[in-house]
Amino acid sequence: MMNKNLPGWRELPEGAVVRDPGNTETIDVSGWRVFKPVIIDDKCTRCRLCWIYCPDGAIIEVIDEKAKMGKRYEVDYVHCKGCGICYAECPVNAIEWVPEER
Amino acid sequence: MALKEVGPMEEIRNHMQIPRPEYIAGGHSACQGCGHFVIIRHLLKASGPNTIVVNPTGCVEVVTTVFPYSSWKVPWIHVAFENGGAVASGVEAAVRTLQRKGVLSEDEPINVIVFAGDGGTVDIGFQSLSGMLERGHKVVYVLLDNEAYMNTGIQRSGSTPFGAWTTTTPVGKKWKGEWRVRKDMIQIAVAHHIPYAATINPAYPVDMYNKMVKALKADGPAFLHAYSPCPTGWRFDPSKTIEVARLAVLTGYWVLYEYDHGKYKVNVPVLKRKPIREFIKIQGRFRHMTEEQIKRLQEIVDEQVEMINKLVGRTVIGPVEG
Repeated sequence: MMNKNLPGWRELPEGAVVRDPGNTETIDVSGWRVFKPVIIDDKCTRCRLCWIYCPDGAIIEVIDEKAKMGKRYEVDYVHCKGCGICYAECPVNAIEWVPEER
Repeated sequence: MALKEVGPMEEIRNHMQIPRPEYIAGGHSACQGCGHFVIIRHLLKASGPNTIVVNPTGCVEVVTTVFPYSSWKVPWIHVAFENGGAVASGVEAAVRTLQRKGVLSEDEPINVIVFAGDGGTVDIGFQSLSGMLERGHKVVYVLLDNEAYMNTGIQRSGSTPFGAWTTTTPVGKKWKGEWRVRKDMIQIAVAHHIPYAATINPAYPVDMYNKMVKALKADGPAFLHAYSPCPTGWRFDPSKTIEVARLAVLTGYWVLYEYDHGKYKVNVPVLKRKPIREFIKIQGRFRHMTEEQIKRLQEIVDEQVEMINKLVGRTVIGPVEG
């Protein structure tokens, strides 16, 4: 992974510390996926288990006054690696497991 | 109506109360379905923003901090395999001194947490952990146990269970996987007379969260032993991470208990245990096991359950069903 835009050692901060905490958020890992989860909002009971068990924090809880129980769940397809834990753990089968198409 | 979310360092009653802010960002390069990050996410939620993380070498360090990136939204320090406990002791002592001198406010407690793997705790970092527990630094040591050195390619560690395949305990004509019994880290930690030690499991998030809060509030070092399924090293489908973790509890292989100031308590009682066969049949690392070996593993689990029942003083984990 040689990137010509990477800074030289003179330009790095002292001790090569990372000055921007949590900047892996800018990395797109969607290329890891073979299947992707799709949440069916009508079936979802807002039990929150997908959000709890996701290792990548890729299920987002959105506060939405119009939605059922004031919130809904969305998949962050940039950070989802397609492990399928949410699909396997959903107690009401509200998550579909769809082949990734590019 | 769902209960309200709590702030950091408060105990919860159900999983709807787990706070929303994330202290570890997505986009790290952990394998699909990595158990470590289910645990770390919730433990950092319990600890809140006033946290310093000490991270000895291991999977977590390697996947979260590929330069120039970092997944941590809290102060983080990487140290070598063998001195996680020692560096955490130093960090804690420095924080305490700065608070005494008035540089840092004493009203806001600063939590020091070590996230170490089983190699960095059970084998290599053992002496520094022992020293830290002995000196009584107020640090929470979290052992993320995936039962082998997964980062370097699945070599056995002192935590590898009986019968498991690893690259250094291969399966062939003479060797049939690991033949030794794993170390009991909770008992080793308790032997240091620490106030709090507990086992946690990602399949039981409320229990995990509350134990972290108790550990942070303990008046001395606390030790948490986390069971962390590894799809890559244990050879199972990434979507089964939570299922494997749950089966470990239901078969009695992993008993969720705590040691709190001299008292033992089992937090998730299992009245009728499932046979260990159900737990090992979904993992490729146990695929070679003969009837004899399965019987031996069942005996090891039975012994462990019996020991915990004795410590608690009554039968909390029941006999094998069927």
